[in-house]
Amino acid sequence: MAYFLQQLINGVTLGAVYGLIAIGYTMVYGIIGMINFAHGEIYMIGAFIAVIGFTLFSGLPLVSAILLVLALSMIFTAIYGWTIERTAYRPLRNSFRLAPLISAIGMSIFLQNYVQLLQGARVRPIPPMIKGSFKFFQDSDFVVNLTYLQVIIVVSTIALMTVFTLIINKTAIGRQQRACEQDKTMASLLGVNVDHTISMTFIMGAMLAAFAGVMVTLYYGVVHFFIGFLAGMKAFTAAVLGGIGSIPGAMLGGLLIGLIEAFWSAYFTIEYKDVATFVILVLVLIFRPSGLLGRPEIEKV
Amino acid sequence: MLEFKDVQTFYGSIQALKGVSLNVEKGEIVTLIGANGAGKTTLLMTLSGVTPASVGSITFKGEDITKMRTDMIVRKGIAHSPEGRRIFSKMTVFENLQMGAMTNDPAKFDENLAYVFELFPRLKERGWQNGGTLSGGEQQMLAMGRALMSNPEFLLLDEPSLGLAPLVIKDIFRAIKQINEEHGMTVLLVEQNANHALKLAHRAYVLVTGNIVLSGTGQELLSNPEVQAAYLEGGH
Ligand SMILES: Nc1ncnc2c1ncn2[C@@H]1O[C@H](COP(=O)(O)OP(=O)(O)OP(=O)(O)O)[C@@H](O)[C@H]1O
Ligand SMILES: [Mg+2]
Repeated sequence: MAYFLQQLINGVTLGAVYGLIAIGYTMVYGIIGMINFAHGEIYMIGAFIAVIGFTLFSGLPLVSAILLVLALSMIFTAIYGWTIERTAYRPLRNSFRLAPLISAIGMSIFLQNYVQLLQGARVRPIPPMIKGSFKFFQDSDFVVNLTYLQVIIVVSTIALMTVFTLIINKTAIGRQQRACEQDKTMASLLGVNVDHTISMTFIMGAMLAAFAGVMVTLYYGVVHFFIGFLAGMKAFTAAVLGGIGSIPGAMLGGLLIGLIEAFWSAYFTIEYKDVATFVILVLVLIFRPSGLLGRPEIEKV
Repeated sequence: MLEFKDVQTFYGSIQALKGVSLNVEKGEIVTLIGANGAGKTTLLMTLSGVTPASVGSITFKGEDITKMRTDMIVRKGIAHSPEGRRIFSKMTVFENLQMGAMTNDPAKFDENLAYVFELFPRLKERGWQNGGTLSGGEQQMLAMGRALMSNPEFLLLDEPSLGLAPLVIKDIFRAIKQINEEHGMTVLLVEQNANHALKLAHRAYVLVTGNIVLSGTGQELLSNPEVQAAYLEGGH
Protein backbone atom coordinates (compact mmCIF):
# COMPACT_ATOMS: atom_id res chain seq x y z
CA MET A 1 0.00 0.00 0.00
CA ALA A 2 2.75 2.43 0.97
CA TYR A 3 4.73 1.42 -2.09
CA PHE A 4 1.67 1.99 -4.27
CA LEU A 5 1.15 5.43 -2.77
CA GLN A 6 4.77 6.31 -3.43
CA GLN A 7 4.42 5.37 -7.10
CA LEU A 8 1.24 7.39 -7.31
CA ILE A 9 3.09 10.46 -6.04
CA ASN A 10 5.97 9.92 -8.44
CA GLY A 11 3.59 9.27 -11.31
CA VAL A 12 1.56 12.41 -10.75
CA THR A 13 4.75 14.49 -10.65
CA LEU A 14 5.98 13.02 -13.91
CA GLY A 15 2.50 13.38 -15.37
CA ALA A 16 2.43 17.09 -14.60
CA VAL A 17 5.62 17.55 -16.59
CA TYR A 18 4.43 15.46 -19.54
CA GLY A 19 1.11 17.28 -19.51
CA LEU A 20 2.80 20.67 -19.79
CA ILE A 21 4.85 19.54 -22.78
CA ALA A 22 1.90 17.75 -24.37
CA ILE A 23 -0.11 20.98 -24.50
CA GLY A 24 2.42 22.40 -26.94
CA TYR A 25 2.02 19.45 -29.29
CA THR A 26 -1.73 19.52 -29.14
CA MET A 27 -2.08 23.28 -29.65
CA VAL A 28 0.18 23.37 -32.67
CA TYR A 29 -1.59 20.39 -34.13
CA GLY A 30 -4.92 22.06 -33.48
CA ILE A 31 -4.04 25.25 -35.28
CA ILE A 32 -1.85 24.15 -38.21
CA GLY A 33 -2.43 20.40 -38.29
CA MET A 34 1.20 19.37 -37.98
CA ILE A 35 3.23 17.56 -35.33
CA ASN A 36 5.97 19.89 -34.19
CA PHE A 37 8.68 17.30 -33.66
CA ALA A 38 11.08 20.00 -32.51
CA HIS A 39 8.92 20.67 -29.45
CA GLY A 40 10.86 18.17 -27.32
CA GLU A 41 13.99 20.17 -28.10
CA ILE A 42 12.28 23.35 -26.95
CA TYR A 43 11.75 21.66 -23.62
CA MET A 44 15.39 20.53 -23.59
CA ILE A 45 16.56 24.09 -24.28
CA GLY A 46 14.33 25.30 -21.45
CA ALA A 47 16.07 22.82 -19.15
CA PHE A 48 19.53 23.91 -20.33
CA ILE A 49 18.72 27.54 -19.70
CA ALA A 50 17.70 26.45 -16.21
CA VAL A 51 21.08 24.81 -15.60
CA ILE A 52 22.90 27.88 -16.84
CA GLY A 53 20.63 30.15 -14.83
CA PHE A 54 20.88 28.25 -11.57
CA THR A 55 24.68 28.21 -11.87
CA LEU A 56 24.69 31.94 -12.59
CA PHE A 57 22.31 32.87 -9.78
CA SER A 58 23.70 30.48 -7.15
CA GLY A 59 24.37 33.46 -4.88
CA LEU A 60 20.77 34.65 -4.85
CA PRO A 61 18.08 33.56 -2.39
CA LEU A 62 16.39 30.38 -3.55
CA VAL A 63 12.97 31.81 -4.37
CA SER A 64 14.34 34.72 -6.40
CA ALA A 65 16.70 32.40 -8.23
CA ILE A 66 13.87 30.06 -9.22
CA LEU A 67 11.56 32.87 -10.32
CA LEU A 68 14.34 34.52 -12.29
CA VAL A 69 15.31 31.26 -13.97
CA LEU A 70 11.67 30.51 -14.82
CA ALA A 71 11.25 33.94 -16.38
CA LEU A 72 14.51 33.71 -18.36
CA SER A 73 13.85 30.19 -19.54
CA MET A 74 10.30 30.99 -20.65
CA ILE A 75 11.35 34.15 -22.47
CA PHE A 76 14.24 32.52 -24.32
CA THR A 77 12.32 29.40 -25.32
CA ALA A 78 9.46 31.63 -26.46
CA ILE A 79 11.94 33.28 -28.82
CA TYR A 80 13.13 29.85 -30.00
CA GLY A 81 9.55 28.68 -30.55
CA TRP A 82 8.67 31.81 -32.50
CA THR A 83 11.81 31.57 -34.61
CA ILE A 84 11.30 27.89 -35.44
CA GLU A 85 7.81 28.58 -36.74
CA ARG A 86 8.95 31.58 -38.78
CA THR A 87 11.94 29.92 -40.37
CA ALA A 88 11.09 26.22 -40.64
CA TYR A 89 7.30 25.95 -40.87
CA ARG A 90 5.72 29.14 -42.18
CA PRO A 91 7.48 29.10 -45.56
CA LEU A 92 6.16 25.55 -46.07
CA ARG A 93 2.59 26.17 -44.96
CA ASN A 94 1.14 25.91 -48.46
CA SER A 95 3.46 23.15 -49.50
CA PHE A 96 2.66 19.43 -49.61
CA ARG A 97 1.51 17.92 -46.31
CA LEU A 98 4.71 16.10 -45.40
CA ALA A 99 6.99 19.08 -45.99
CA PRO A 100 6.57 20.78 -42.58
CA LEU A 101 6.86 17.40 -40.88
CA ILE A 102 10.19 16.72 -42.54
CA SER A 103 11.26 20.24 -41.69
CA ALA A 104 10.27 19.62 -38.05
CA ILE A 105 12.40 16.49 -37.83
CA GLY A 106 15.29 18.39 -39.39
CA MET A 107 14.80 21.22 -36.91
CA SER A 108 14.81 18.73 -34.04
CA ILE A 109 18.11 17.19 -35.15
CA PHE A 110 19.57 20.63 -35.75
CA LEU A 111 18.66 21.86 -32.27
CA GLN A 112 20.12 18.76 -30.59
CA ASN A 113 23.40 19.27 -32.39
CA TYR A 114 23.35 22.99 -31.77
CA VAL A 115 23.02 22.49 -28.02
CA GLN A 116 25.60 19.73 -28.08
CA LEU A 117 28.07 22.03 -29.82
CA LEU A 118 27.42 24.95 -27.47
CA GLN A 119 27.09 23.04 -24.21
CA GLY A 120 28.98 19.82 -24.79
CA ALA A 121 27.79 16.25 -24.98
CA ARG A 122 28.26 15.46 -21.30
CA VAL A 123 25.54 15.40 -18.67
CA ARG A 124 25.24 18.76 -16.93
CA PRO A 125 24.41 18.57 -13.23
CA ILE A 126 23.21 21.16 -10.75
CA PRO A 127 23.37 20.69 -6.97
CA PRO A 128 20.03 19.77 -5.33
CA MET A 129 18.30 23.02 -4.41
CA ILE A 130 15.04 22.13 -2.73
CA LYS A 131 15.54 19.46 -0.10
CA GLY A 132 13.25 17.90 2.43
CA SER A 133 10.00 16.02 2.31
CA PHE A 134 6.86 14.99 4.10
CA LYS A 135 7.21 11.45 5.36
CA PHE A 136 4.22 9.34 6.24
CA PHE A 137 2.49 5.99 6.04
CA GLN A 138 5.07 3.62 7.38
CA ASP A 139 4.59 0.08 6.07
CA SER A 140 7.04 -2.19 7.93
CA ASP A 141 10.22 -0.35 6.89
CA PHE A 142 8.97 1.43 3.77
CA VAL A 143 8.39 5.19 4.18
CA VAL A 144 6.33 7.20 1.77
CA ASN A 145 8.18 10.32 0.72
CA LEU A 146 6.40 13.32 -0.65
CA THR A 147 9.18 15.78 -1.34
CA TYR A 148 8.62 19.51 -1.10
CA LEU A 149 9.77 19.74 -4.68
CA GLN A 150 7.07 17.31 -5.81
CA VAL A 151 4.47 19.44 -4.08
CA ILE A 152 5.86 22.55 -5.75
CA ILE A 153 5.86 20.90 -9.18
CA VAL A 154 2.32 19.57 -8.95
CA VAL A 155 0.80 22.67 -7.37
CA SER A 156 2.51 25.13 -9.71
CA THR A 157 1.59 23.00 -12.72
CA ILE A 158 -2.06 22.94 -11.70
CA ALA A 159 -1.97 26.71 -11.22
CA LEU A 160 -0.29 27.26 -14.57
CA MET A 161 -2.72 24.97 -16.38
CA THR A 162 -5.65 26.76 -14.77
CA VAL A 163 -4.42 30.17 -15.88
CA PHE A 164 -3.69 28.79 -19.31
CA THR A 165 -7.15 27.25 -19.64
CA LEU A 166 -8.69 30.59 -18.67
CA ILE A 167 -6.62 32.35 -21.32
CA ILE A 168 -7.81 29.93 -24.00
CA ASN A 169 -11.46 29.98 -22.96
CA LYS A 170 -12.04 33.51 -21.76
CA THR A 171 -9.71 35.96 -23.47
CA ALA A 172 -9.66 37.49 -26.92
CA ILE A 173 -6.38 35.86 -27.88
CA GLY A 174 -7.71 32.46 -26.79
CA ARG A 175 -10.85 32.98 -28.83
CA GLN A 176 -8.78 33.93 -31.84
CA GLN A 177 -6.75 30.76 -31.46
CA ARG A 178 -9.87 28.64 -31.27
CA ALA A 179 -11.31 30.46 -34.26
CA CYS A 180 -8.17 29.85 -36.33
CA GLU A 181 -8.27 26.23 -35.29
CA GLN A 182 -11.75 25.87 -36.80
CA ASP A 183 -11.57 28.07 -39.90
CA LYS A 184 -8.59 30.31 -40.65
CA THR A 185 -10.17 32.02 -43.64
CA MET A 186 -13.26 32.91 -41.63
CA ALA A 187 -11.11 34.14 -38.77
CA SER A 188 -9.24 36.44 -41.16
CA LEU A 189 -12.57 37.68 -42.56
CA LEU A 190 -13.34 38.90 -39.06
CA GLY A 191 -10.04 40.73 -38.77
CA VAL A 192 -7.86 38.08 -37.11
CA ASN A 193 -4.21 38.21 -38.11
CA VAL A 194 -3.76 34.48 -38.65
CA ASP A 195 0.06 34.51 -38.84
CA HIS A 196 0.24 36.41 -35.60
CA THR A 197 -2.14 33.97 -33.92
CA ILE A 198 -0.07 30.98 -35.05
CA SER A 199 3.06 32.66 -33.70
CA MET A 200 1.31 33.17 -30.36
CA THR A 201 0.47 29.47 -30.26
CA PHE A 202 4.11 28.52 -30.68
CA ILE A 203 5.14 31.04 -28.04
CA MET A 204 2.62 29.74 -25.50
CA GLY A 205 3.52 26.10 -26.13
CA ALA A 206 7.22 26.89 -25.77
CA MET A 207 6.67 28.73 -22.49
CA LEU A 208 4.82 25.78 -20.98
CA ALA A 209 7.56 23.43 -22.15
CA ALA A 210 10.19 25.72 -20.62
CA PHE A 211 8.34 25.63 -17.32
CA ALA A 212 8.43 21.84 -17.50
CA GLY A 213 12.12 21.97 -18.37
CA VAL A 214 12.95 24.07 -15.31
CA MET A 215 10.93 21.77 -13.05
CA VAL A 216 12.63 18.66 -14.41
CA THR A 217 16.03 20.24 -13.94
CA LEU A 218 15.20 20.83 -10.29
CA TYR A 219 13.74 17.34 -9.98
CA TYR A 220 16.48 15.24 -11.55
CA GLY A 221 19.35 17.67 -11.17
CA VAL A 222 20.85 16.71 -14.53
CA VAL A 223 20.36 17.82 -18.11
CA HIS A 224 21.62 16.39 -21.35
CA PHE A 225 21.19 17.44 -24.97
CA PHE A 226 19.27 14.23 -25.72
CA ILE A 227 16.50 14.52 -23.09
CA GLY A 228 14.20 16.33 -25.49
CA PHE A 229 13.74 13.28 -27.64
CA LEU A 230 12.39 10.89 -25.02
CA ALA A 231 10.37 13.48 -23.13
CA GLY A 232 9.06 14.77 -26.43
CA MET A 233 7.96 11.33 -27.59
CA LYS A 234 6.24 10.66 -24.29
CA ALA A 235 4.48 14.01 -24.27
CA PHE A 236 3.45 13.42 -27.86
CA THR A 237 2.03 10.04 -26.83
CA ALA A 238 0.22 11.81 -24.01
CA ALA A 239 -1.28 14.27 -26.50
CA VAL A 240 -2.42 11.44 -28.78
CA LEU A 241 -3.78 9.44 -25.86
CA GLY A 242 -5.78 12.42 -24.63
CA GLY A 243 -6.97 13.24 -28.14
CA ILE A 244 -4.68 15.37 -30.27
CA GLY A 245 -6.03 18.89 -30.58
CA SER A 246 -7.72 18.76 -27.17
CA ILE A 247 -6.05 20.77 -24.40
CA PRO A 248 -7.79 19.01 -21.48
CA GLY A 249 -6.91 15.80 -23.33
CA ALA A 250 -3.22 16.71 -23.27
CA MET A 251 -3.37 17.35 -19.53
CA LEU A 252 -5.17 14.06 -18.90
CA GLY A 253 -2.92 12.14 -21.28
CA GLY A 254 0.17 13.55 -19.55
CA LEU A 255 -1.10 12.45 -16.17
CA LEU A 256 -1.89 8.95 -17.44
CA ILE A 257 1.48 8.53 -19.13
CA GLY A 258 3.22 9.68 -15.95
CA LEU A 259 1.26 7.18 -13.87
CA ILE A 260 1.77 4.34 -16.33
CA GLU A 261 5.50 4.99 -16.39
CA ALA A 262 5.77 5.11 -12.61
CA PHE A 263 3.75 1.96 -12.03
CA TRP A 264 5.39 0.09 -14.85
CA SER A 265 8.83 0.83 -13.43
CA ALA A 266 7.67 -0.21 -10.00
CA TYR A 267 5.87 -3.44 -10.75
CA PHE A 268 7.40 -4.67 -14.01
CA THR A 269 10.85 -3.91 -15.31
CA ILE A 270 12.34 -0.49 -15.14
CA GLU A 271 14.39 -1.17 -18.28
CA TYR A 272 11.24 -1.36 -20.36
CA LYS A 273 9.48 1.70 -18.96
CA ASP A 274 9.95 3.67 -22.16
CA VAL A 275 8.65 0.82 -24.25
CA ALA A 276 5.41 0.89 -22.28
CA THR A 277 4.71 4.41 -23.52
CA PHE A 278 5.25 3.48 -27.12
CA VAL A 279 3.12 0.38 -26.86
CA ILE A 280 0.37 2.69 -25.70
CA LEU A 281 1.01 5.04 -28.61
CA VAL A 282 0.65 2.20 -31.09
CA LEU A 283 -2.46 0.81 -29.39
CA VAL A 284 -4.17 4.20 -29.27
CA LEU A 285 -3.36 4.91 -32.89
CA ILE A 286 -4.81 1.54 -33.93
CA PHE A 287 -7.90 1.34 -31.74
CA ARG A 288 -8.84 4.91 -30.86
CA PRO A 289 -6.98 7.41 -33.03
CA SER A 290 -9.19 10.24 -31.77
CA GLY A 291 -7.92 9.62 -28.22
CA LEU A 292 -9.82 9.77 -24.96
CA LEU A 293 -11.22 13.29 -25.14
CA GLY A 294 -10.91 13.97 -28.84
CA ARG A 295 -14.09 13.20 -30.69
CA PRO A 296 -15.16 13.28 -34.28
CA GLU A 297 -16.82 16.61 -34.97
CA ILE A 298 -20.57 16.88 -34.95
CA GLU A 299 -21.37 19.57 -37.44
CA LYS A 300 -24.44 20.79 -39.20
CA VAL A 301 -24.06 22.20 -42.68
CA MET B 1 -17.38 54.06 -52.28
CA LEU B 2 -16.16 50.79 -53.84
CA GLU B 3 -14.75 50.40 -57.29
CA PHE B 4 -13.52 47.37 -59.25
CA LYS B 5 -11.44 48.17 -62.34
CA ASP B 6 -10.78 45.35 -64.79
CA VAL B 7 -10.28 42.82 -62.00
CA GLN B 8 -8.98 39.37 -62.95
CA THR B 9 -8.62 36.49 -60.50
CA PHE B 10 -7.12 33.07 -61.10
CA TYR B 11 -7.15 29.72 -59.29
CA GLY B 12 -3.92 28.33 -60.64
CA SER B 13 -4.50 28.36 -64.35
CA ILE B 14 -8.30 28.64 -64.10
CA GLN B 15 -9.50 32.19 -64.60
CA ALA B 16 -12.56 32.89 -62.46
CA LEU B 17 -12.86 36.67 -63.00
CA LYS B 18 -12.09 37.90 -66.49
CA GLY B 19 -11.89 41.65 -66.12
CA VAL B 20 -14.70 42.77 -63.83
CA SER B 21 -15.49 46.46 -63.43
CA LEU B 22 -18.23 47.63 -61.11
CA ASN B 23 -18.94 50.21 -58.48
CA VAL B 24 -21.04 50.54 -55.35
CA GLU B 25 -22.01 53.91 -53.90
CA LYS B 26 -22.56 54.73 -50.25
CA GLY B 27 -25.97 53.72 -48.96
CA GLU B 28 -26.79 51.43 -51.88
CA ILE B 29 -27.86 47.83 -51.94
CA VAL B 30 -26.23 46.33 -55.02
CA THR B 31 -27.11 42.80 -56.01
CA LEU B 32 -24.95 40.47 -58.00
CA ILE B 33 -26.71 37.59 -59.71
CA GLY B 34 -25.32 34.80 -61.81
CA ALA B 35 -25.49 31.06 -62.38
CA ASN B 36 -23.49 28.48 -60.42
CA GLY B 37 -19.82 28.87 -61.09
CA ALA B 38 -20.18 32.37 -62.57
CA GLY B 39 -17.63 33.73 -60.12
CA LYS B 40 -19.82 35.52 -57.57
CA THR B 41 -18.14 34.06 -54.52
CA THR B 42 -14.76 34.64 -56.11
CA LEU B 43 -15.64 38.30 -56.62
CA LEU B 44 -16.42 38.77 -52.93
CA MET B 45 -13.37 36.78 -51.85
CA THR B 46 -11.20 38.87 -54.15
CA LEU B 47 -12.63 42.01 -52.59
CA SER B 48 -11.79 40.66 -49.13
CA GLY B 49 -8.27 39.70 -50.16
CA VAL B 50 -8.74 35.95 -49.68
CA THR B 51 -8.13 35.25 -53.37
CA PRO B 52 -6.34 38.46 -54.39
CA ALA B 53 -6.70 39.87 -57.89
CA SER B 54 -3.78 39.26 -60.24
CA VAL B 55 -4.75 42.08 -62.60
CA GLY B 56 -6.77 45.25 -62.08
CA SER B 57 -7.49 47.33 -59.03
CA ILE B 58 -9.99 47.56 -56.20
CA THR B 59 -10.43 50.83 -54.38
CA PHE B 60 -12.46 51.41 -51.23
CA LYS B 61 -13.17 55.00 -50.16
CA GLY B 62 -10.41 56.13 -52.50
CA GLU B 63 -7.80 53.76 -51.09
CA ASP B 64 -6.27 50.95 -53.13
CA ILE B 65 -6.97 47.68 -51.28
CA THR B 66 -6.14 45.28 -54.13
CA LYS B 67 -3.11 43.73 -52.44
CA MET B 68 -4.09 44.34 -48.84
CA ARG B 69 -4.14 41.48 -46.33
CA THR B 70 -7.62 40.22 -45.44
CA ASP B 71 -7.61 41.28 -41.81
CA MET B 72 -6.49 44.79 -42.80
CA ILE B 73 -9.32 45.07 -45.32
CA VAL B 74 -11.77 44.13 -42.57
CA ARG B 75 -10.33 46.92 -40.46
CA LYS B 76 -11.14 49.39 -43.23
CA GLY B 77 -14.83 48.73 -42.51
CA ILE B 78 -15.74 45.87 -44.85
CA ALA B 79 -17.54 42.94 -43.22
CA HIS B 80 -18.04 39.69 -45.10
CA SER B 81 -20.67 37.06 -44.37
CA PRO B 82 -19.40 34.30 -46.63
CA GLU B 83 -21.00 31.52 -48.59
CA GLY B 84 -21.85 28.56 -46.37
CA ARG B 85 -22.06 30.85 -43.31
CA ARG B 86 -18.92 29.42 -41.73
CA ILE B 87 -20.11 29.67 -38.16
CA PHE B 88 -17.55 28.61 -35.56
CA SER B 89 -19.45 25.50 -34.63
CA LYS B 90 -17.52 24.77 -31.44
CA MET B 91 -18.05 28.25 -30.07
CA THR B 92 -21.20 29.57 -28.48
CA VAL B 93 -23.44 32.05 -30.28
CA PHE B 94 -22.15 34.74 -27.96
CA GLU B 95 -18.51 33.88 -28.68
CA ASN B 96 -19.21 33.96 -32.40
CA LEU B 97 -20.56 37.46 -31.96
CA GLN B 98 -17.53 38.40 -29.87
CA MET B 99 -15.33 37.21 -32.73
CA GLY B 100 -17.26 39.50 -35.04
CA ALA B 101 -16.59 42.43 -32.75
CA MET B 102 -12.84 41.86 -32.80
CA THR B 103 -11.97 44.90 -34.88
CA ASN B 104 -14.53 47.11 -33.21
CA ASP B 105 -14.13 49.58 -30.38
CA PRO B 106 -14.94 47.59 -27.17
CA ALA B 107 -16.98 50.55 -25.93
CA LYS B 108 -19.44 49.97 -28.80
CA PHE B 109 -19.88 46.26 -28.04
CA ASP B 110 -23.08 46.49 -26.00
CA GLU B 111 -24.72 48.86 -28.41
CA ASN B 112 -23.91 46.63 -31.38
CA LEU B 113 -25.03 43.54 -29.56
CA ALA B 114 -28.35 45.15 -28.71
CA TYR B 115 -28.81 46.06 -32.37
CA VAL B 116 -28.05 42.52 -33.58
CA PHE B 117 -30.47 41.07 -31.02
CA GLU B 118 -33.10 43.54 -32.13
CA LEU B 119 -32.64 42.42 -35.75
CA PHE B 120 -32.57 38.74 -34.84
CA PRO B 121 -34.25 38.19 -31.46
CA ARG B 122 -33.78 34.44 -31.83
CA LEU B 123 -30.04 34.79 -31.37
CA LYS B 124 -30.56 36.26 -27.94
CA GLU B 125 -32.40 33.17 -26.71
CA ARG B 126 -29.60 30.98 -27.98
CA GLY B 127 -26.60 32.89 -26.67
CA TRP B 128 -25.03 29.99 -24.80
CA GLN B 129 -25.75 27.33 -27.38
CA ASN B 130 -22.91 26.08 -29.58
CA GLY B 131 -22.97 27.54 -33.08
CA GLY B 132 -22.93 24.06 -34.61
CA THR B 133 -26.22 23.12 -32.99
CA LEU B 134 -28.22 26.00 -34.51
CA SER B 135 -30.69 25.44 -37.33
CA GLY B 136 -29.72 26.60 -40.81
CA GLY B 137 -31.79 29.76 -40.51
CA GLU B 138 -30.38 30.60 -37.11
CA GLN B 139 -26.87 30.02 -38.42
CA GLN B 140 -27.53 32.49 -41.21
CA MET B 141 -28.78 35.05 -38.71
CA LEU B 142 -25.67 34.46 -36.64
CA ALA B 143 -23.43 34.84 -39.70
CA MET B 144 -25.02 38.19 -40.50
CA GLY B 145 -25.07 39.26 -36.88
CA ARG B 146 -21.41 38.37 -36.52
CA ALA B 147 -20.53 40.47 -39.56
CA LEU B 148 -22.52 43.39 -38.17
CA MET B 149 -20.74 43.23 -34.82
CA SER B 150 -17.72 44.88 -36.43
CA ASN B 151 -19.87 47.94 -37.01
CA PRO B 152 -18.95 47.97 -40.71
CA GLU B 153 -19.63 50.59 -43.34
CA PHE B 154 -19.89 48.01 -46.06
CA LEU B 155 -21.50 44.59 -45.81
CA LEU B 156 -20.85 41.66 -48.16
CA LEU B 157 -23.46 38.91 -48.14
CA ASP B 158 -22.89 35.73 -50.10
CA GLU B 159 -26.14 33.82 -50.72
CA PRO B 160 -27.78 34.49 -47.36
CA SER B 161 -30.98 32.72 -48.42
CA LEU B 162 -29.36 29.49 -49.58
CA GLY B 163 -31.16 26.40 -48.34
CA LEU B 164 -33.62 28.26 -46.12
CA ALA B 165 -37.40 27.98 -45.84
CA PRO B 166 -39.45 30.79 -47.47
CA LEU B 167 -40.47 32.32 -44.14
CA VAL B 168 -36.89 32.50 -42.93
CA ILE B 169 -35.79 33.95 -46.27
CA LYS B 170 -38.35 36.69 -45.81
CA ASP B 171 -36.92 37.41 -42.39
CA ILE B 172 -33.38 37.63 -43.74
CA PHE B 173 -34.36 39.99 -46.55
CA ARG B 174 -36.34 42.11 -44.12
CA ALA B 175 -33.21 42.41 -41.99
CA ILE B 176 -31.06 43.46 -44.96
CA LYS B 177 -33.57 46.15 -45.84
CA GLN B 178 -33.74 47.32 -42.25
CA ILE B 179 -29.95 47.59 -41.87
CA ASN B 180 -29.80 49.57 -45.09
CA GLU B 181 -32.62 51.95 -44.26
CA GLU B 182 -31.94 52.48 -40.56
CA HIS B 183 -28.16 52.52 -40.64
CA GLY B 184 -27.46 53.60 -44.17
CA MET B 185 -25.47 50.39 -44.53
CA THR B 186 -24.00 49.82 -47.96
CA VAL B 187 -24.60 46.23 -49.07
CA LEU B 188 -23.20 44.08 -51.85
CA LEU B 189 -25.49 41.08 -52.04
CA VAL B 190 -24.85 37.89 -53.97
CA GLU B 191 -27.97 35.86 -54.59
CA GLN B 192 -29.41 32.97 -56.57
CA ASN B 193 -32.82 34.01 -55.32
CA ALA B 194 -32.88 36.68 -58.04
CA ASN B 195 -36.49 37.71 -57.75
CA HIS B 196 -36.24 38.70 -54.11
CA ALA B 197 -32.80 40.15 -54.41
CA LEU B 198 -33.57 42.35 -57.42
CA LYS B 199 -36.65 43.77 -55.75
CA LEU B 200 -34.56 44.75 -52.79
CA ALA B 201 -31.66 46.18 -54.78
CA HIS B 202 -31.08 49.74 -55.87
CA ARG B 203 -28.84 48.47 -58.64
CA ALA B 204 -27.70 45.08 -59.87
CA TYR B 205 -25.10 43.34 -62.00
CA VAL B 206 -25.32 40.06 -63.86
CA LEU B 207 -22.18 37.92 -63.89
CA VAL B 208 -21.69 35.21 -66.52
CA THR B 209 -18.54 33.05 -66.41
CA GLY B 210 -16.36 35.75 -64.96
CA ASN B 211 -17.71 38.70 -66.96
CA ILE B 212 -20.28 41.36 -66.09
CA VAL B 213 -22.79 41.17 -68.96
CA LEU B 214 -25.62 43.36 -67.71
CA SER B 215 -26.21 46.08 -65.19
CA GLY B 216 -28.97 48.46 -64.23
CA THR B 217 -31.44 49.26 -61.52
CA GLY B 218 -33.15 46.36 -59.79
CA GLN B 219 -36.40 47.16 -61.58
CA GLU B 220 -34.73 47.31 -65.01
CA LEU B 221 -33.20 43.90 -64.57
CA LEU B 222 -36.43 42.45 -63.21
CA SER B 223 -38.21 43.44 -66.39
CA ASN B 224 -35.35 42.47 -68.70
CA PRO B 225 -36.46 39.47 -70.82
CA GLU B 226 -33.01 37.85 -70.80
CA VAL B 227 -32.79 38.07 -67.04
CA GLN B 228 -36.32 36.75 -66.72
CA ALA B 229 -35.52 33.78 -68.92
CA ALA B 230 -32.23 32.93 -67.25
CA TYR B 231 -32.73 33.75 -63.58
CA LEU B 232 -36.38 34.32 -62.77
CA GLU B 233 -38.09 31.18 -64.06
CA GLY B 234 -40.55 30.07 -61.42
CA GLY B 235 -39.34 32.86 -59.23
CA HIS B 236 -42.65 34.69 -59.20
N1 LIG C 1 -10.54 26.91 -54.84
C1 LIG C 1 -10.78 26.81 -56.16
N2 LIG C 1 -9.92 26.18 -56.98
C2 LIG C 1 -10.14 26.09 -58.31
N3 LIG C 1 -11.19 26.60 -58.91
C3 LIG C 1 -12.10 27.24 -58.17
C4 LIG C 1 -11.95 27.38 -56.76
N4 LIG C 1 -13.00 28.06 -56.28
C5 LIG C 1 -13.78 28.32 -57.35
N5 LIG C 1 -13.25 27.84 -58.48
C6 LIG C 1 -13.81 27.96 -59.83
O1 LIG C 1 -14.03 29.32 -60.11
C7 LIG C 1 -15.26 29.49 -60.76
C8 LIG C 1 -16.12 30.47 -60.00
O2 LIG C 1 -16.48 29.88 -58.76
P1 LIG C 1 -17.33 30.66 -57.67
O3 LIG C 1 -17.37 29.82 -56.47
O4 LIG C 1 -16.82 32.03 -57.56
O5 LIG C 1 -18.77 30.68 -58.36
P2 LIG C 1 -20.16 31.17 -57.79
O6 LIG C 1 -20.69 32.12 -58.78
O7 LIG C 1 -20.02 31.65 -56.42
O8 LIG C 1 -20.99 29.83 -57.83
P3 LIG C 1 -22.17 29.32 -56.84
O9 LIG C 1 -23.40 30.01 -57.25
O10 LIG C 1 -22.25 27.86 -57.13
O11 LIG C 1 -21.74 29.62 -55.46
C9 LIG C 1 -15.88 28.11 -60.91
O12 LIG C 1 -15.60 27.65 -62.21
C10 LIG C 1 -15.16 27.29 -59.89
O13 LIG C 1 -15.04 25.96 -60.31
MG1 LIG D 1 -20.76 31.07 -54.64
